[in-house]
Amino acid sequence: MKADAASTPPKQLGLWRKSLNARTALLYLFPSILLFSVFIFYPMFRTIYLSFFLTDQQGAAALFVGFENYTYLFESREFRNSIKATVLFVLYTVPTGVIIALFLALIANEKLKGIGFFRTVYSSTMGISVAASSVVWLFLFHPSIGMFNRLLNVMNLPGVQWLLDPDWALVSISISTIWMNIGFSFLILLGGLQNIDEYLYESAKIDGAGYWYQLRRITIPMLSPTLFFIITISLINAFQTFGQVDILTKGGPSQATNLIVYSIYREAFVNYQFGTASAQAVFLFICILIVTILQFKLGEKKVHYQ
Amino acid sequence: MSTPKKILFYILLVISAFLVFFPVLYAFMISFMSGGEILQGKFFPKSIHFDNYIKVFDRLPLMNYLINSFIVSFGVMLGQLVVCSLAAYAFVFIPFKGREFIFFLFISTMMIPWEATMIPNFFTIQKLDWMNTYQGLTVPFFALAFGTFLLRQHFKTIPKELHEAAEVAGLGKFAFFWRVILPVSKTSLVTLGAYGFLTTWNMYLWPLLVTSTDQVRTVQIGLKQLQSQEVATEWGVVMAGVIVVIIPTLLLLFAGQKQLQKGLTQGALK
Repeated sequence: MKADAASTPPKQLGLWRKSLNARTALLYLFPSILLFSVFIFYPMFRTIYLSFFLTDQQGAAALFVGFENYTYLFESREFRNSIKATVLFVLYTVPTGVIIALFLALIANEKLKGIGFFRTVYSSTMGISVAASSVVWLFLFHPSIGMFNRLLNVMNLPGVQWLLDPDWALVSISISTIWMNIGFSFLILLGGLQNIDEYLYESAKIDGAGYWYQLRRITIPMLSPTLFFIITISLINAFQTFGQVDILTKGGPSQATNLIVYSIYREAFVNYQFGTASAQAVFLFICILIVTILQFKLGEKKVHYQ
Repeated sequence: MSTPKKILFYILLVISAFLVFFPVLYAFMISFMSGGEILQGKFFPKSIHFDNYIKVFDRLPLMNYLINSFIVSFGVMLGQLVVCSLAAYAFVFIPFKGREFIFFLFISTMMIPWEATMIPNFFTIQKLDWMNTYQGLTVPFFALAFGTFLLRQHFKTIPKELHEAAEVAGLGKFAFFWRVILPVSKTSLVTLGAYGFLTTWNMYLWPLLVTSTDQVRTVQIGLKQLQSQEVATEWGVVMAGVIVVIIPTLLLLFAGQKQLQKGLTQGALK
């Protein structure tokens, strides 16, 4: 990076001289542009391209089939099932996760002695990897020695086959996911709370407003940009879930937890169907794109900015 | 705050803290238990001994995996700091035509989920002959729109006069970047560094795809191996592995929690 264009004397053309800044800037931007091109832009186009082909085992395009991969997907019961599981998963995890994180952020935002300790504990799950969390939850969900079934036994209730029962598996994955995401959401929401102007609360107190009134009229409206942001991030994260599925259920039982990224992974790297896997990847991209655009469009309108 | 209200808050805080931390605490307790104790469903181990920890290092090349994870996480962290700070510098201090457009291109990469591009990326790594190498695990993550964005926000707060003064003093662009901008941005750099290290250490899907031997395999994949090998029998050993794997990131998080929160909120909202 030493080759600083500013030190090379511009000689001839005006254009050459005028573009000095642009050339210098490109030098600084070059590593990013190169890496983005190779690892994000090219693969994105390649994925779209592959989604119109049947591929060989090495992932090379072999036969152009147009939209057949897509029509095949939407007709396949497995993929429809995977979409259904993903949508349910989003519904289970996002609202609950945000509400719990909001609750934690609210109680951790009080000025109390030792509050730093509680903040650290609440954010701790952010430092715990998906693999580690999943292994711990695998134990908690264990049918005989796991804690949940032990608790049920103590209460004289029958145990549940948390990860083996198709009706429960997705719920179990959702519970563990909510726990894994709490740390990050908590940290962001706490940051949002701390950005709210103290002055607003002081004047509300002078007017004799109670805790709930302040919460409804000041905290939630002022926090709405942060809330909106964290809902978007949680939605996107939910679409990208992989690790907990791989370790806890491997997509089973009877595909109840075959979330979309897991489905892509299996289609590509277990079944070697790179064409249909790419079509699924494009579908995933479109879903996330829609969520992101909604964040921008709705976020600007509905949300109260300071 | 009145005393009853304070007590109420403390009760809520303590219960929530217990519920949130319970899985980790439980894993920690189990890591000291023998198989028999686990079957009895105890919460506290009879005694603190490190048999399970010794066993887990015996069963798996866990030390190797730890070193690999350190190299990979540290590598990505350094790579991101270099690549992102260079880009952020150009966006803030060098006016040029098309700057808005290139910045928009950068931001647009945030909308592309990494999982949607993993298939071609896998083949790229294969063609580069980077399977089972540190490059394969790190280089694809060096450029980061979020990181560029975060640093750009901070660089923008640096007074323009500083730039002018540097130009008057005859400081070249790179010297200004290296000797002035980077030192005054230490806090943002630390935030981004911690974030990069944390996310890389915890990465799961990519290392699963591009490693097939023990050589460069990371601890997260080690955990998966451990779980599938030991699941039926020795949960104590598995939990010892979990604790070993989460300690570095938990320590990092505890040390930098305040800083990280500030940095992330800034990156997210402004």
